Amino acid sequence: MEVPVLDVKGLGKNYRDKIAVESLSFQVGRGEILGLLGPNGAGKTTTINMILGVLEPGSGSIRIEGIDLAKARSKALERTNFAAVYAPLPGNLTVRQNLQVFGMIYGIRNRQERIAALLQEFELEEFQNTKSGVLSSGEQTRVALAKAMLNEPHLLLLDEPTASLDPATASDIRRKIRTIVEKGVCGVLWTSHNMYEVSEVCDRVLFLSHGKVLLEGDPKVLPGEHGKETLEELFISVAREPLVYGGS
Amino acid sequence: MRLVRTGAVLLRYLYLLRGSPARWLPLFVWVAIDILLWGFITKYLNSITTSGLNFVPRLLGAVLFFDFFVRVLHGVAGVFFEDVWSRNFLNTFASPLLISEYLGGLVVTSVGSSIVGLIVMLLLATGFFGLSFAVYGLMVFPFLMILFLFGIALGIVGCAIVMRFGPASEWFIWPIPAMISPFAGVFYPLSTLPEWMQVISRLLPPAYVFEEMRKLVAGSAVSMSSLAIAAFLAIVYIALACWLFTRVFRYAVRTGLIARYSAESVS
Repeated sequence: MEVPVLDVKGLGKNYRDKIAVESLSFQVGRGEILGLLGPNGAGKTTTINMILGVLEPGSGSIRIEGIDLAKARSKALERTNFAAVYAPLPGNLTVRQNLQVFGMIYGIRNRQERIAALLQEFELEEFQNTKSGVLSSGEQTRVALAKAMLNEPHLLLLDEPTASLDPATASDIRRKIRTIVEKGVCGVLWTSHNMYEVSEVCDRVLFLSHGKVLLEGDPKVLPGEHGKETLEELFISVAREPLVYGGS
Repeated sequence: MRLVRTGAVLLRYLYLLRGSPARWLPLFVWVAIDILLWGFITKYLNSITTSGLNFVPRLLGAVLFFDFFVRVLHGVAGVFFEDVWSRNFLNTFASPLLISEYLGGLVVTSVGSSIVGLIVMLLLATGFFGLSFAVYGLMVFPFLMILFLFGIALGIVGCAIVMRFGPASEWFIWPIPAMISPFAGVFYPLSTLPEWMQVISRLLPPAYVFEEMRKLVAGSAVSMSSLAIAAFLAIVYIALACWLFTRVFRYAVRTGLIARYSAESVS
């Protein structure tokens, strides 16, 4: 049986008395995009932070390609990368300098070729010598995505990756990521509040509320299974009436 | 441990230096001003004293050694602050970078920046005020090494404090050298100090260096055992500083402080 790129079991995290994530278990397979959905404060970013090793779980385990994150953090993170709207790259370095520095941190071989390819792929060539901080938010998002692709990650975590992008660029980025995933090596955990995007790009979704999974399934058929027309309708219903779906 | 990751921390700082006079000027401007100020003071003292005592190696040399120690400390902390100022913790620590590689990068960067300061100080002190390192002979190397090691230790402690208590606590770090200098006996023998201050001095490696430096300039033999104690203390402090930083990092990961660092504190 193939080892999933991400295997989360019984993950839990409390902030003092507040439960942020409770007994969360899921897997992401190769060539799969899993959408993590839920209202603000549902525990999505907490989950991503735990998978990135910057937040210690209170309970449970995280395995990236079978490697226990708690025991071999660096090795597990070598094959992981992420992009998030709240983690732009240092604004006082140019786009190319940022990619150079992170290319070294991720131990990229043929770094110059890889950076040149990413600059082209994310249409950043004209900005390569511009400081990242003066770019528009959409351009900064593209820089963050280029950094996220530096090590050709087997596990890619994307926290609202297209939130600052115009519809045309967002569509382009979705297509690019979809193409990368279809090669069958990389698995993606994707959070978004754009339900159209989630329907288009995700193979499977998890609905979180108060740190627990309430629903799981194919975003194209899940609304129908719960008597809703669209994923957005289902999202609103889950967010407003979590008890109906087994939440607390 | 992979050297290329340590090199990434150094490269990042070199990139920042390249385009920013606000970063490369402080590498030598403040120490140069200090050398000029103390150079003229020693020149004046030499002219008004009749004892024939040469203040240049005593005072100006001491200032040079102490400023080197300060540059090392600020060198380590300054590179860490770049991550604080650019809110780069998440990108840095959600990567394969090990704590040892990160701290190694801070140290290597500090070696480079403090050597720049040392060279400028030497040129000024020698060229304008006739300070010769030959006065110290080969002892200059253990003196510099002990001060370097202690500067690294305090720099890492500074980073741990800022990581634990948030960006505003960087104001605790800059005055550390000023707090240490009275106990280190930079300008006077430790016997000048009251007994309780001497107890603290004996725990500080720079105090041994400046005491032995004065002996050397006065023509007495340097106590190698004193320098060995200073080196031992400095190495112990480095080990403790790394332990402290690792503990603070683990605390920050446990509480979510790393992930939400700009909020300063989650507690």
